[in-house]
This record gives sequence, structure tokens and C-alpha cells, in this order.
Amino acid sequence: MKESKMIITVSGEDKVGIVAKFANVLADYSVNIEDIKQTIMQDHFVMFVMGDLSKSEYTFQEVKDQLLKAGEELKMEVWVQRKAIFDKMHTI
Amino acid sequence: MNSGFNQVLETIEMIKVHHLDIRTVTLALSLRDCVSEDVKVTGDKIYNKIIKYAKNLKAYADEISAEYSIPIINKRIAVTPISSIGEGCREFDYVHLAKILDRAAHEVDVDFIGGYGALVEKGCTRGDSALIESIPEALSVTQRVCSSVNLASSKAGINMDAVLKMGGIIKQAAHLSADKDGLGAAKLVVFCNVPGDNPFMAGAFCGYGEPECALNIGVSGPGVVRAALESMPKDADFGQLAEKIKRIAFKITSSGELIGRELAQRMEIPFGVIDLSLAPTPAPGDSVAGIFEAMGLEMAGAHGTTAALAMLNDAVKKGGIMASSYVGGLSGAFIPVSEDADMIKAAACGCLTFDKLEAMTSVCSVGLDMIAIPGDTSVETIAAMIADEMAIGMINKKTTAVRIIPVPGKTIGERAVFGGLLGEAPIMKINQYNSSAFVSRGGRIPAPIHSLNN
Repeated sequence: MKESKMIITVSGEDKVGIVAKFANVLADYSVNIEDIKQTIMQDHFVMFVMGDLSKSEYTFQEVKDQLLKAGEELKMEVWVQRKAIFDKMHTI
Repeated sequence: MNSGFNQVLETIEMIKVHHLDIRTVTLALSLRDCVSEDVKVTGDKIYNKIIKYAKNLKAYADEISAEYSIPIINKRIAVTPISSIGEGCREFDYVHLAKILDRAAHEVDVDFIGGYGALVEKGCTRGDSALIESIPEALSVTQRVCSSVNLASSKAGINMDAVLKMGGIIKQAAHLSADKDGLGAAKLVVFCNVPGDNPFMAGAFCGYGEPECALNIGVSGPGVVRAALESMPKDADFGQLAEKIKRIAFKITSSGELIGRELAQRMEIPFGVIDLSLAPTPAPGDSVAGIFEAMGLEMAGAHGTTAALAMLNDAVKKGGIMASSYVGGLSGAFIPVSEDADMIKAAACGCLTFDKLEAMTSVCSVGLDMIAIPGDTSVETIAAMIADEMAIGMINKKTTAVRIIPVPGKTIGERAVFGGLLGEAPIMKINQYNSSAFVSRGGRIPAPIHSLNN
């Protein structure tokens, strides 16, 4: 079975509307948000979102492209990765 | 969320700042069913088979790379030693087969294709001899073909006739690419105890005990190890250093295993092995020599370097083996001089010498790798260097290799520039005394006794 969870990491200068922008993209692409956390680290806004792609009719790459585009518009750095890589690398 | 913040941030930092990447995904492909009496037919069969199996390699690799945001640097193909594939033809035309391999590699857009070689540790067949003779031309008329020849093993001894022959072949390969500082010799490597599942070039090929096809993975990550060691207290003892390296090696290997299995699944071929090697690049910080500095040596080549490398190599294996059930290939730390920025620096200032590199190869995963030597070095001297390196592998029951480049028209103190991942290297000082009477004796150095170890 294919892993359907994705982790989105957003970082950069804090501003109004970051969460809204990314949440909108995910809603438009039918990606369910299962967990979301944000914090300020060393004066930088950092947000982690865990999304579930299983109900979406879009591919991982299509969702990723939109999230990267949203990041560009907000001048934020965005990483979009399948969750499996973290599970695999950090647990024995 | 189960994947905690710190794990996500650590992973991104490993990739973004410390150059963690998948160095290579290598499709190992048997060509044994391509043998025919007509070299043109053999060539067509080879071409069609490669296209059939590898046509999606790059596309799928790029797709997976994007999904995990981890770079996959090289896509490669490794085939059955071509000497045995072209041997059944009425007329030997190995250069034609080299061109076919190159054309297929271009068509499926892989970076390199390996396997233009032979295994001759005990002796050459007619096909082996013809292939070896053709290597310089084959490498000069192709771009992506890599060649490897196994000259020795712990079971067979060292084929000294072939060693001397390859000394000449290496020199010719460099000569035919004189305008590129002898780049041809950088695509040619000779081995002792060559593994048949190595995904790294120039030595990758599909060994005789391998399946029809398999996907082998080579990971990287010296920059990650270096950064981890630098973050430790200066007085951390060796047990703590080893523990840290093991943990990092586990993470690096796990990422490789995940990517490898995913790619194999999408290509609908078996996953082969993961090669646990730490492979440096010329990028700043992505250096094995940098790890020695982080361990406390002023520079690579200082006394203590062999011990540092031995510990590093062992810890990488111990950590990596936990992360994958199928480990193979070369598995260790590479010390290619031209491909490692701190190694280049150490060689340029004279701290890292040819002799020290030879000593290091007794504990590292490969051998004398990407070392530039003066272009006027004699064939016999090159053969003697190979013989020394083969002896280290034969006696210690390990893989050793030689990839040296006698840079045409250049001498000690000058610099050879190969470009890309192959980097650049200062031309190193070598021993000036004569070895020709020794290497010209011919025959085979007998296999060593495997007891009374000392």
C-alpha cells in the first residue's frame, strides 16, 4: 500500500495569512490536514503540516507544485516530502 | 505528529546544508542472452534490452527524488562484463559494442554505463584479451561508458601479465584523451576481489552470480558525518565518536534503502543491494578528509589518518548494516583525491602523499582512486603501483582498486581538471626508482595462504 501522508515544512519571515494560504491550497486539492503546528524559531516562522493525500484525486507532484507556488508568492521556503522518509530514517 | 519537529528539521538540514543525497541508483542488467555470432546482431540485442529495462529509470528516479525532496545525483546502468558477451562473435569488434552501450545510455539518459570489462585474475580468454586491447579506443570514442578489469583475487592470486598490460592500457587511455587531461583513464579502474553488485563507477558491472536485473543503490553523506562530529565536544572519546558515526550511517542508509525499494517497486524489478559507501564530492564540506579534520587531525595525510579512516569505515558499516537487510558493493569510505575538496587541499600542500594514500587503502573500501600522476610515468611504474595495490587486497581479502591518471604533458605541481563530480587534482609526486625488471617477469603471483595470519 502506498504511503499517503505528506509533511509540509514552511519557514521564513512571519506575516499575516501564511496558515490560511497553505490551508486553502490543501483544501482545494482535497488533502486532509491531520496535524498542524507552528512556532517561532530564532525569529523565523516555522510551520509543520501533516496532510493525508488518500482522498485527493491529484498526484503528489501536483499538490507539491501548488504548495511550492504558494511558498514563492509568500517568499517562504517550503519543503514537501512523503512522511515515510522521516519514519524510516529516525526509527530502528 | 509522530514525526517530531526535530526529526523533520534534522532531515531537511542533512539534505540542504550537509549534502545528504542518494549518490547513485544503478540498474544492474544481465546481457548474457544477447550473445550471437554476428557482432551487429549482438549490438542490436544489447541496445534493445537496455532500452526495454532502463527506459523509465530516469523518470521514476526524478519522481521519487521530488516526493522525498532528496536529490538522486546519478542514474547508471551496470551490465555483464562485455568481454563475455562479444566473445561468441565470429569477429571481435568490441569498440562497436562500446558505441552501442554509449548510444543506449544517451537514449535512456543515464549518466554512466559500466561493464565494459573483463575478469582476468587467473588468465585471459581470447575475448578478454581483445576487449582489453580495445579499452583506450572504446573510452575515447564514447562519453558515458566506464571500464573495469579484475586483475587479482585472494583465491587466484595476481595476474601479473594482465597487470603489466593494464599499465599500458591506462597510459594509452590517458593519451587518447590528452585534451581533457587524460579523462579516459578516469573512466577506467582495475580491481582485486571485485564485487559484482557495486553501484559505483567506474567499477560497476553486473556480476556472473547476479539475477537478470536488479536495482542497486549507493548512498552518500560525508558532509553529514562531518557536521555531526563537529557538533560533539572536543574531548569526546573514540567510543562516543564511533557511536555518533553509527547513528548517522543508520540514517543515511535508511534513506537509501527507502528510495531504492520505492524505485525498484515502480520499475517492477528486484531491489538488489545498498552500498554503504561514504562518497565525497568536490562541494565544500562534502568531504571524507573533512571528517578526519573533525576527528582532530590537522589535515588528511597527517600521522593518524589511517587509524581515523579505519574507525570511520568500520563504524559506517556497523551503523549501515542495521538499516538494511541487503548490503553489498564496496561499502566503506571512498578516498578519491580529485573528488574531495579537503583531499585536494591536503595533496596540494604535500601533507597527503601517494604512499600515505596506499597505506590508507589497506583499511578503506576501495583503493588508489582518482590520483593524478605525471604524464611521463612509465608503463612499468604504473604496473608496479597496480601490483602493490592488488597485493593489499589479495592478502587482506578485501576489494582494492586503482584508478590513476597519468596526465599527458603535465608534471608534479601542475593540476589536472576533469570537471563535474570527477573534480580536479594536483599531480602527485611518485617514487622515481625503477620497477620494470620486477613487473616484466610475467606469470601470476600465487594465491596466498589463508591461515597463519599475521
